[in-house]
Amino acid sequence: MVAYWIFALVSLLMVLAALVAVTNRNLVRATMGLVLVLFGNAVLFVLLEAYFLAVAQVIIYIGAIAILIVFAIMLTRHVGDAWGPAFHRAWAWAVVVAGGLAVGLLFWIAHWPAADGKAKSPVDPQYTKLLGKALVAPDGYVIPFEVASALLLAALIGAIYVAWGGRRVKGPYPQRSEEKEA
Amino acid sequence: MIPLGAYLMVSAALFVIGAFGALARKSAVAILIGLELMFNAALLNAVAFWRYLHPQGFDGTVFAIVILAVAAAEVAVGLALFIAVYRRFGTAEADEIALLRG
Repeated sequence: MVAYWIFALVSLLMVLAALVAVTNRNLVRATMGLVLVLFGNAVLFVLLEAYFLAVAQVIIYIGAIAILIVFAIMLTRHVGDAWGPAFHRAWAWAVVVAGGLAVGLLFWIAHWPAADGKAKSPVDPQYTKLLGKALVAPDGYVIPFEVASALLLAALIGAIYVAWGGRRVKGPYPQRSEEKEA
Repeated sequence: MIPLGAYLMVSAALFVIGAFGALARKSAVAILIGLELMFNAALLNAVAFWRYLHPQGFDGTVFAIVILAVAAAEVAVGLALFIAVYRRFGTAEADEIALLRG
């Protein structure tokens, strides 16, 4: 019974925080909304008995990705400049697309035969240990594991290369931030 | 036990909100936040399906771990691109970077 209440409260909080994350003009506040959603996701993982993923979610998403986004905000915007309009001109089309997506997903979930089903079997108490072994077993998931490692290394080197240098374009392209200050 | 459909509903709500954010926001970093919401919805879906339909196997969890890695890589490269764009153009608003518009 406690699990129901936790699930209801956390899901409500997640949806509200997600709305904050996509509507707030202040990007730092939007990021804090995102952090709440990520943390709620970790709580739902605990409810789903995916303990390793819950911890990985907190470490990777909140510990790395959210911090990275905060750093990017600090590097790309003036702190006092963070109150521009939140949406661009054609935002109504985004409402149309998202609304269509919502209707389609609700229709699909309502007609999904296993949507009200119970779990078929309990999770093995040793599941995390078995998962660790399966991740590096040659007849298990060693190929996806290594491909993910190579992808992360490539992304790391690529990100450093892209963010390293580059000159500012002086030409006809308007320098918006300077214009606002002038 | 909480029905599978409840998790799917939460996941669908997060995905729709994230899609709206990715499509409607002006700032490039905010678009990335919307993308992260969509990634998280997919992650929640994968874990919920693993728990309810195939809890003895490893496919769902390994899939979720790969999603985590891809999201981390995507965010690192995306933010590096935005920083490079900001250096060049002095703005990170997605609708003002319109150099290719005639």
